Amino acid sequence: MAKNESGPADIVPASGHERSTDVVLGTAVVSPDAFPDPGLPPHRLRVVDTDPKAAKKAERVVYALFYLSIVGSVFAVFAYMFFALDPNDLNSVRLNNLYIGLGITLSLLAIGIAAVHWGKAVMADHESVDERHPTRGSEETRARAIEIFKEADAESGFSRRSLIRNGLIASLVAFPLPAIALFRGLAPMDVDPNNELKHTMWEKGLRLTRDPSGLPIKASDLTIGSAFQVIPEGLADLPPHERLDAKAKAAVILVRMKPEELNWTSAERESWSYQGIVAYSKICTHVGCPVALYEQQTHHLLCPCHQSQFDLENECKVIFGPAARPLPQLPITVDSEGYLVAARGFDQPVGPSFWERLN
Amino acid sequence: MRNKTSRSARRSGRRGPLASIVLIALGLAATGGAYVAFSSVSATASIDLSSPAVIDEGSKLFAANCATCHGMQAQGTANGPSLIGVGSAAVDFQVGTGRMPMQAQGPQALKKPVQFTAEQTSALAAYVSSLAPGPSIPTQTQLENGNVSNGGELFRINCAMCHNVAGAGGALTEGKFAPVLKGVAAVHVYEAMLTGPQNMPVFNDLNLTPDEKKDIIAYLAYNEANPSPGGLELGSLGPVSEGLFLWIFGLGSIVALTVWITAKSN
Repeated sequence: MAKNESGPADIVPASGHERSTDVVLGTAVVSPDAFPDPGLPPHRLRVVDTDPKAAKKAERVVYALFYLSIVGSVFAVFAYMFFALDPNDLNSVRLNNLYIGLGITLSLLAIGIAAVHWGKAVMADHESVDERHPTRGSEETRARAIEIFKEADAESGFSRRSLIRNGLIASLVAFPLPAIALFRGLAPMDVDPNNELKHTMWEKGLRLTRDPSGLPIKASDLTIGSAFQVIPEGLADLPPHERLDAKAKAAVILVRMKPEELNWTSAERESWSYQGIVAYSKICTHVGCPVALYEQQTHHLLCPCHQSQFDLENECKVIFGPAARPLPQLPITVDSEGYLVAARGFDQPVGPSFWERLN
Repeated sequence: MRNKTSRSARRSGRRGPLASIVLIALGLAATGGAYVAFSSVSATASIDLSSPAVIDEGSKLFAANCATCHGMQAQGTANGPSLIGVGSAAVDFQVGTGRMPMQAQGPQALKKPVQFTAEQTSALAAYVSSLAPGPSIPTQTQLENGNVSNGGELFRINCAMCHNVAGAGGALTEGKFAPVLKGVAAVHVYEAMLTGPQNMPVFNDLNLTPDEKKDIIAYLAYNEANPSPGGLELGSLGPVSEGLFLWIFGLGSIVALTVWITAKSN
């Protein structure tokens, strides 16, 4: 191989015949006009190599940056200590975060820039050539490697003692099983997840209440064009964790339209509404975002995540976007005091598809 | 000359030229002061919406500016809805924010420079509210001293899905959008909740009580008074604008750094 030394005298146009003495003619395609090796460009001195003042300056810049990094670290500590958090002022939290972040940024960035500048401007600068060795081992080494494998197999009996070998493979396969069992333990305790996904809090006679106060809603509270964000009665009194779990499934949007604007496929579906008041699950059937962007004039419900649109005039059927099913409707009626109540629970699981959902 | 005039003024009991300057200055100050008071508080603070003169004035303005689309008796036409029963709050919102008179039919009436003076807006509101009872313009006390934290919770439940959690607005379907809430007068926010303009749902007093409306207004005011301390909110639009910023400037600076690291020092 030609050495990579600079100088045009060394550069010989590489012709296939000179380079490939060990290649049998006819097995390799070697271009006769291969690109000549340009060698290395001539060494160029840097400013810091010729001007001692510039060298001094580069040195100063590097250590100044390291000290600046220390300033940044100290600043971050002081920012944490002295930009105290005032519980009554949200801005104090933001300022605290901002200054800590600026301090840490300064400390890391200055180290990085200083290190690069050190390497580029202060450290010695000369080109050198590292020859690349062939990656293929010699024939003896390769033959010896195969021999070692064979010896190891003969001495350990890996091929011969099949019971031991199969035992090893089986034990390795069994080893990750406890992890799978442990992950199963992350599922809700003592409940059937399938059942959890299929049922919400809604049941016959449960009042529709306002989110977040939990106050019941009278049919007369809704005027044409009204939209209420609704949770089932009792949800507001649950402990916080359970409340969120229940709300994630049971959230409902309640709107009032002119009864003549509602088109129904059956008299039974019509009976699920009350004088133009309809209640639909707010959980998108695509991936479960809350669908609450209600347009009062067009009666469209828009999901903000993937732009699925549901038409309230036609039983919330999908008119645009990736959702596959209409939003489930909550059958409603009024109780003896005029409050809106659920006539029954949802007739199908709310929200996105899951494995065991049958349609 | 001046002495003579003032002497003769004293004698005749007439005003001198200086007095008229003072009078003009007083008159200007009074008008200006009244205007400031007028525009800063509420357009209706000093106008009686039930007075027949105001209603009459309003009906003339209505016939000249609104009747083409809304009909001579505000009964509505193919081009515009009936205004019977919409109340003074709807008129004050639509006309007071410049949405009405509408420039052109489109997906949504856009906010534009206000076309009427405060008095004319009030007169129109008086006329429309005289047709049938409807939601009326809130008083100043209905807009002040709300509970910010409760307002924030109510805003996130009822408003944030369309208007964005920071009130920065958002897109709806087919060219419609929920407008930005920054810089909107408290009275107009209240009226919008009360009347549900265009595609916004109605939040009547039985859905969000007057106190809750006040809280939401307080939350919006708090948000506006406490901007991001970094100074660059990128429209408060969340991941879209922030992601775009990082793609362009974050990745850009990483590319610049790699170029710098690999370039030979001069």
